[in-house]
Amino acid sequence: MTKRNIVVTALLAGFYLLVQLLAAKRVLLPYDLQILGLICINIMLAVSLNLINGFTGQFSIGHAGFFGIGAYASAYLTVVHDVPFLIALCAGAVFAAVIGIVIGLPALRLQGDYLAIATLGFGEIIRVVILNIPQVGGARGFSGISRATSFGHTYLFMILTVLIIKNFISSYHGRACIAVREDELASETLGINTTFYKVSAFTLGAFFAGLAGGLFSHYMGYINPAANQIGFLKSIDILIMVVLGGLGSITGSIGAAIFLTLIPELLRGLAEYRMIVYPIILILIMLFRPAGLLGGKELSWDALSRFYQRFAGKRQKQRVTGDGSE
Amino acid sequence: MQWQLLAAQLINGIALGSTYALIALGYTMVYGIIRLINFAHGDIFMLGAYFGLIAISSYNLSLIPAMIISMCLAALVGITLDRIAYRPLRQSPRITVLITAIGASLLIQSLAQLIFGADYRSFPAKAIPIKIIRLGSIIITNRQIIIFGTAILLMILLHLIVNYTKLGKAMRAVSMDKEAAQLMGINVDRVIAFTFAVGSALAAAAGILVGILYNSVDPYMGTLPGLKAFVAAVLGGIGIIPGAVFGGFFMGIAENMVVAFGSSTYRDAVAFAVLILVLLIKPSGLLGKRVQEKV
Amino acid sequence: MAANELLRISTLSVSFGGLKAISNVDMTVYEGELVGLIGPNGAGKTTLFNALTGLCRPTSGEIVFSGKNLSKKSAHYISRQGITRTFQNIRLFKSLSALDNLRIACHQNMSYTFLGGILKTKNASRQEEEAEKQAWAMLEIMGLSQYAHERSVNLSYGNQRKLEIARALVTKPRLLLLDEPAAGMNPAETQELLHLIRSLRSDFGVTIILIEHDMNLVMNLCERIFVLDYGVLIAEGSVEEIRSNEQVIQAYLGADV
Ligand SMILES: Nc1ncnc2c1ncn2[C@@H]1O[C@H](COP(=O)(O)OP(=O)(O)O)[C@@H](O)[C@H]1O
Ligand SMILES: [Mg+2]
Repeated sequence: MTKRNIVVTALLAGFYLLVQLLAAKRVLLPYDLQILGLICINIMLAVSLNLINGFTGQFSIGHAGFFGIGAYASAYLTVVHDVPFLIALCAGAVFAAVIGIVIGLPALRLQGDYLAIATLGFGEIIRVVILNIPQVGGARGFSGISRATSFGHTYLFMILTVLIIKNFISSYHGRACIAVREDELASETLGINTTFYKVSAFTLGAFFAGLAGGLFSHYMGYINPAANQIGFLKSIDILIMVVLGGLGSITGSIGAAIFLTLIPELLRGLAEYRMIVYPIILILIMLFRPAGLLGGKELSWDALSRFYQRFAGKRQKQRVTGDGSE
Repeated sequence: MQWQLLAAQLINGIALGSTYALIALGYTMVYGIIRLINFAHGDIFMLGAYFGLIAISSYNLSLIPAMIISMCLAALVGITLDRIAYRPLRQSPRITVLITAIGASLLIQSLAQLIFGADYRSFPAKAIPIKIIRLGSIIITNRQIIIFGTAILLMILLHLIVNYTKLGKAMRAVSMDKEAAQLMGINVDRVIAFTFAVGSALAAAAGILVGILYNSVDPYMGTLPGLKAFVAAVLGGIGIIPGAVFGGFFMGIAENMVVAFGSSTYRDAVAFAVLILVLLIKPSGLLGKRVQEKV
Repeated sequence: MAANELLRISTLSVSFGGLKAISNVDMTVYEGELVGLIGPNGAGKTTLFNALTGLCRPTSGEIVFSGKNLSKKSAHYISRQGITRTFQNIRLFKSLSALDNLRIACHQNMSYTFLGGILKTKNASRQEEEAEKQAWAMLEIMGLSQYAHERSVNLSYGNQRKLEIARALVTKPRLLLLDEPAAGMNPAETQELLHLIRSLRSDFGVTIILIEHDMNLVMNLCERIFVLDYGVLIAEGSVEEIRSNEQVIQAYLGADV
């Protein structure tokens, strides 16, 4: 383990302990804890969608479908078949991944806006199918799910998700995905099986979305097949996080997920304006900063320290040459 | 399954299909000219329904003036949308514009909810008093006939505009080759604005017709018909005007056949199933030609 | 000339709708050769490269490379057999650095699994180091080291062409197809390119087919030349033979030479 890894691990563990301590002292109320959990779940969704949309360049707007599959499949297993929570959680994620392959193989032959619209279609079909399964509550929703997810679960799985996707991206497999985004034909002539990598990224993304779904349904104890839960509107929510943070920036997605989960809480009184502010943000970003706030770059210690050095360096230079004439 | 029921659903399908066709025309024209899936198109359709509703119920206008006013207002909205949100992005990647369009769609919906309220509102019955016409054992309502008739009339009008007016011809030129059209002195931005205006006006008319057909108007009514009409446009070959008409009727009839023979909970899934089948089997649409990327 | 046959194309045709871009082309290339492929614009040269690299399906005919039948195989498979190319209109990974362009091209030389990458196993790290070394070495050879961290789209036109050749070479091809590498270069750059291509063949032992409009370059560089016109192979032979071929002069060279 390098020194930096130790520091990062300590920081992450420290944050967890701090949250637990504050929760025990009732500084953080159960409601706050729930928000923190939702932040983790949204980070998982945003980062996994970024793998598909940002890094591999395959524009999907049906991500919530996989979230829904994970949420329902795992809940079905724990509620109807008494499967232990963690096993059901993984099974839900695997199921979402399998559906990801089934959908990805045909859909990823399409490109650009056609692919977008096809994923939207698949997402809605998933939702309609769930809506028509009486065993999981149909249109009324699925209630009576054990609240087995703790903040700790969401936190741990969020860290794992980010770590796995980050390492995947920096492997040669991840670079192949980026190559697909940049130029599919050129990638093929370099020996990259572009179909394989498109489907892989899609499947991996679906897996983590499914995992997030399982955590979510067992966090809330209830899930329903509304468009803003597992349908088009939820997909758009996730998309906004990815776009705001920047396509191809993991740290950007994390930041945006935190920000966009917190903002409605902070602006409680303005709840009804939320649905107006969101789309305006989306349009403004596209008009003025289409690469997102971080523009595909990662926020890292190196970048921060470089920034600091430049900043400090400038001030030093100013001090050296600074005679006040400027 | 009796054949009367089948006939009734077929008639429903044709009425509904004619509204899909009107919406699909807007999608197809805009796509043909700037390669953009204008996600907000369905919401302009919704606005059109509200404009008509207000004109009829608050200003006591009759159907035809209400429809004309609604179409004009919707055309303005369409032009404004293009000017503010899309025109600055003409040189941007298509995905950027697509995201903007999604944003515009959500924004129009939320604004409509804020202004008009989230509840359903119904068209005043006096707009078109319902009459039932019997043809043997088949029942047709006068509303269905009016919807179908208006739609066909508007399509003929569109056909005349596109083929016989200067702006219409310019529109076709731009959709064939933007650069060449520009070189020939066509003001491309104006032509695009005109396309948005015409498409939006047709969508607004469809909004009123659907409002009459289902007797209900709400801020989210545009999403599903919008998507279905988009599917209709893709089915007919996006960018091809007769294709949109064909696709619209096809979708309307298919949807009602599923209701007749299957379950009505799956009626909305039909569109997406058709979409996916078309995209996978013949992405250029039934009437479209395949284009290949040149290396 | 080594008699080892590397590539044999027989009665190859490619059509787009009604247009026959390539018709019944027969061609053989031997190991270690540097051959030119010339012909007027629209003659079907690029299309031939596309067919060879699997980017477009031949309508009929056969492509045999080093004893393997490659017709109807996918592009990435063909690349793995050792054929790779550059593009007439440069197709670099634009938003990535020069170094990353080359690191991506190391794809075929790497083998660790998804899990290996996620867990960052020793094997994975070793392969990554190796790839990085290869990428740097190639930048060095091409004289592009100082642009390693520059976004490839910001390089000069000539350097972009060189980077694209570098990217192709990193895959360790046995046959390299260059599609108008000198297009848009000034005379000095073209001269430099000429030396570069020559040294590539000796240093990497790679066989090269070169499409080029610059007749001086082709005549200087290539041992053998194929001439396409309207999709038909109208001549093949040594520089001298081509220079004096009536049909070629009529179809193409005419005013030029
Ligand atoms: N993908 C394609 N679709 C249709 N026609 C094509 C395609 N690619 C090439 N062509 C046509 O094939 C002919 C040969 O083109 P090309 O191989 O690019 O010529 P060259 O490289 O010799 O200039 C041209 O007429 C060109 O228009
Ligand atoms: Mg060419």
